[in-house]
Amino acid sequence: MKKDIILKAENISKQYRLGQVGTGTLSHDINRWWHKIRGKENPYLKIGETNDRSTKGSSDYVWALQDINFEVERGEVLGIIGKNGAGKSTLLKILSKVTAPTTGSIKSRGRIASLLEVGTGFNGEMTGRENIFLNGAILGMTKKEITSKLDEIIEFSGCERYIDTPVKRYSSGMTVRLAFAVAAFLEPEILVIDEVLAVGDAEFQKKAIGKMQDISKGEGRTVLFVSHNMAAVKSLCTRGIVMEKGSIKYEGRIDDAIEKYLEDENTTAHHIWNESDKPKGDFIELTEVKVLNKYDAITINHSILDEVKIEFTYQIFREGELFTHGFNLYNVENVHILSSHDKNSSTLKQALRIGKYKTAIIIPGNLLAEGSYSCSFAIMRYSPFHIEFHEMNTVGFNIIDEFGGQTVRGNYSGHYPGLIRPELEWKK
Amino acid sequence: MNNNSPNDWLFEITPKNKFFSLNLREVWQYRDLLFLFVKRDVITVYKQTVLGPLWYLIQPLFTSVTFTIIFNNVAGIDTGTVPPFLFNLAGITVWNYFTACLTGTSDTFKANAAIFGKVYFPRIITPLSVVISNLVKFGIQFLIFIGFYIFYYFQGANLGLNSLILFFPVLIVMMGILGLGLGMLISATVTKYRDFIHLIGFGIQLLMYLSAVMYPMELIKDKLPSYGWLVEYNPLAYIIETARYMLLNVGEVSILGLSYTFVVTIAVFFIGLLVFNKTEKSFIDTV
Repeated sequence: MKKDIILKAENISKQYRLGQVGTGTLSHDINRWWHKIRGKENPYLKIGETNDRSTKGSSDYVWALQDINFEVERGEVLGIIGKNGAGKSTLLKILSKVTAPTTGSIKSRGRIASLLEVGTGFNGEMTGRENIFLNGAILGMTKKEITSKLDEIIEFSGCERYIDTPVKRYSSGMTVRLAFAVAAFLEPEILVIDEVLAVGDAEFQKKAIGKMQDISKGEGRTVLFVSHNMAAVKSLCTRGIVMEKGSIKYEGRIDDAIEKYLEDENTTAHHIWNESDKPKGDFIELTEVKVLNKYDAITINHSILDEVKIEFTYQIFREGELFTHGFNLYNVENVHILSSHDKNSSTLKQALRIGKYKTAIIIPGNLLAEGSYSCSFAIMRYSPFHIEFHEMNTVGFNIIDEFGGQTVRGNYSGHYPGLIRPELEWKK
Repeated sequence: MNNNSPNDWLFEITPKNKFFSLNLREVWQYRDLLFLFVKRDVITVYKQTVLGPLWYLIQPLFTSVTFTIIFNNVAGIDTGTVPPFLFNLAGITVWNYFTACLTGTSDTFKANAAIFGKVYFPRIITPLSVVISNLVKFGIQFLIFIGFYIFYYFQGANLGLNSLILFFPVLIVMMGILGLGLGMLISATVTKYRDFIHLIGFGIQLLMYLSAVMYPMELIKDKLPSYGWLVEYNPLAYIIETARYMLLNVGEVSILGLSYTFVVTIAVFFIGLLVFNKTEKSFIDTV
């Protein structure tokens, strides 16, 4: 089947000037103009850096977006996810024509209406009814269109009683309800939505998500949805784009996109602590943790079939203590998947001399589901029970899914749910 | 509808606006928004005030009284056969429309940054709505002028309407366009160089003295021949002088001056539109 592309972004980039806009711009403007009349390239386009909030760049210009390319099919609900400052909102602003890209173009086969933070243009002095008209017109509806849907809008908002009261007397929740109601009854081919669900009570959020599902599924409209609410993204979107530092990091199925987004880039398969910040108890300190594959090489990505070995190195600095090791595993959503105590450890019976020791735990293949995991390590005493230390996020690893006879999945290629994926026996 | 030939895109978003584009069709599509903005401006200005729309009348009346006392009674400016109060009221009413248009449109981008930052609609709708809602305000103020006109007429003042009064609406539209053009020019510049905000407040004050609002144009030529050109080159002075000629049958009509004003108005409007269009696409990054 041929794809029906409704929206196409080609090489979208957006440059911003940092710092105090207003001082020095005149000289830059003159310089830019001087280059232009001599037919040269804009001198400030070259020196931009990628957008990274945490490091201080040397240039005054940054690229908020760099070479963004994507296509959206008709009727698709595309989720755009990314950390704060990843460029999501800039992209939506360009899509909704609020600001122009520095380079590149966006081509569209349908009207785009945006819903960047609802309540845009609401006037507190005017009544709810007047604001429905004003807001609807701002969003591109004609008076006739609004009049024909007025009753539905008022009913959906649930503000019937206050509809002739000035909006400044509304609670923030009511304002959002009203604003969302107006936008929900817009009829553009492409609807751009940014963080609408941040306000409003649970009941209304459910109603709003339902309405958006109707919009996309029932009415076949295309929706671009930006949100930090992963549950909303997951239930609404079919496909996702993960943005990071102004570029697209991942594009694909929404579940995979969410995983990519949640995946911590600080995850490491090898952690050595500095002298100063070692996790330590009264007699013991953790020095190093490694994630190893079956050949004892440090590896972060492991096949779903393979066992994962996590090796802990610790230092005893006081003799005569009996203890044991504990291990906890968490997935990307920070769900505690499992816990394991080394209940038969020799260290429970015989104290260790001062020195460095190693212990390792093996997670068998065909146990965990695909995804990213984080490991914690603890040293405990049993009698009386006492935790010497419990260090979270020591190391992490990813389980990569595979097909085939040896896997639990077998040859089924669709979505495979479940927190873990152990091989279980089916009896005849 | 679902065929996929490569060039059937409805529209394209690209970095730079075409050098000059006033998309009238798009503005027409958004005419309801224009109307709603005008309605909003008119009804919300004096909400929660006791006197309400009366404020529209109080300001020109008090200004005219003050001018009459200062310029006519104290400084002794001669307004001929026309009562000085009516002379001033005519000038101020027309002048007010210009300043309201200019100040209202000159902070278009800054005042609407929040809404412009979120949704797209043709930006020109906003300054247009200012000009039109001020026209409503001007209409109300003009009614008070007519009231006083009739009052003075029955008091026996020598007042004669001029047949040119038929062109009065044209004059007002021209003034609106000049205010709009200048306002758009300033609003676009202000997004980047805020200096203009400070300029505009006292600039308008000074401009008023150069626009023959409280004196007949020929007076300045008589009394300050070496600086008279300042007024003669001011298109606003011609509009106000002509307005008074139409309403009160005093002063003079200079066809040359009016033609000059017309050319300047059109030029300012198109330059304003040009700069406004250019700013429209990326102002949100600089405002």
